Amino acid sequence: VTCRELTAFLDDYLAGELPAETRVRFEAHLAVCVNCHVYLAQYQETIELGRRAFVEDDETPAMPDDLIQAIVKSLKDE
Amino acid sequence: MSEPASPPVPPVLDEEALAQGLRSGDPQAFEQVVRTYGGRLLAVTRRILRDEDAARDAVQDAFVSAFKARRQFKADSRVSTWLHRIAVNSALMRLRTQRRKAEDPIDPLLPGFEDAGRHREHFVAWQEPADVTVSRRETAAAVRRAIDQLPESYRTVLLLRDIEGLDTEETARMLGVTANAVKIRLHRARMALRTLLAPEFQEAAS
Repeated sequence: VTCRELTAFLDDYLAGELPAETRVRFEAHLAVCVNCHVYLAQYQETIELGRRAFVEDDETPAMPDDLIQAIVKSLKDE
Repeated sequence: MSEPASPPVPPVLDEEALAQGLRSGDPQAFEQVVRTYGGRLLAVTRRILRDEDAARDAVQDAFVSAFKARRQFKADSRVSTWLHRIAVNSALMRLRTQRRKAEDPIDPLLPGFEDAGRHREHFVAWQEPADVTVSRRETAAAVRRAIDQLPESYRTVLLLRDIEGLDTEETARMLGVTANAVKIRLHRARMALRTLLAPEFQEAAS
């Protein structure tokens, strides 16, 4: 397995969707390739950072009153 | 229900009561649904559209669609999930009408390899900045800015899969592409986002 091959299937590897044999070969590469090891960690961290980036939105879900009124009006018109 | 006094304080209704209100088609009951879920849906359409007016219009479209389709709401689903999908779809429909300019290629943001298949770049482990409370907000803002820099078709897939939590098939259906195209775009979008975030965290590490 090369770094290129491992990188191409990183998402399948993390999702546990690789055939067992391929998985073993990937893990053998990861055990000896520090660069791929770091890259994999950063890829996982990127997913996590993306998920956390919008958490504030969910903490303050303010809905402007004029928008509520506009929606209610359009529903009455339906 | 009488007209609420100003400022309106909506009664807190549970999911079941809201689901009944939704199915009943009673506009006042539906208003409770709008008050309860509107803010969260607006956050969703803002994320996708990045334009306040368009986001507001998309939320309005979503509630009108939901009202019309209320009989299709199944008793065993969650109101929040059902409305969320409608809002995502409504935002995507607006995004399609907005999209005008050709998008930049993603390739410069993907990792490069030598002929033997080794990574061309040497990666340095990231570190969390020391000041957690202040930096968490700053980090989130930096990540949002980085996501905004992704080419549109990749940004959309990343948002739908990693942020909005849709699965591959739902994302494919909503975007009118194959599940395989979603998988490829998501993987590339994550790799590109990693590249965009690297300077941020390598600075913190050094």
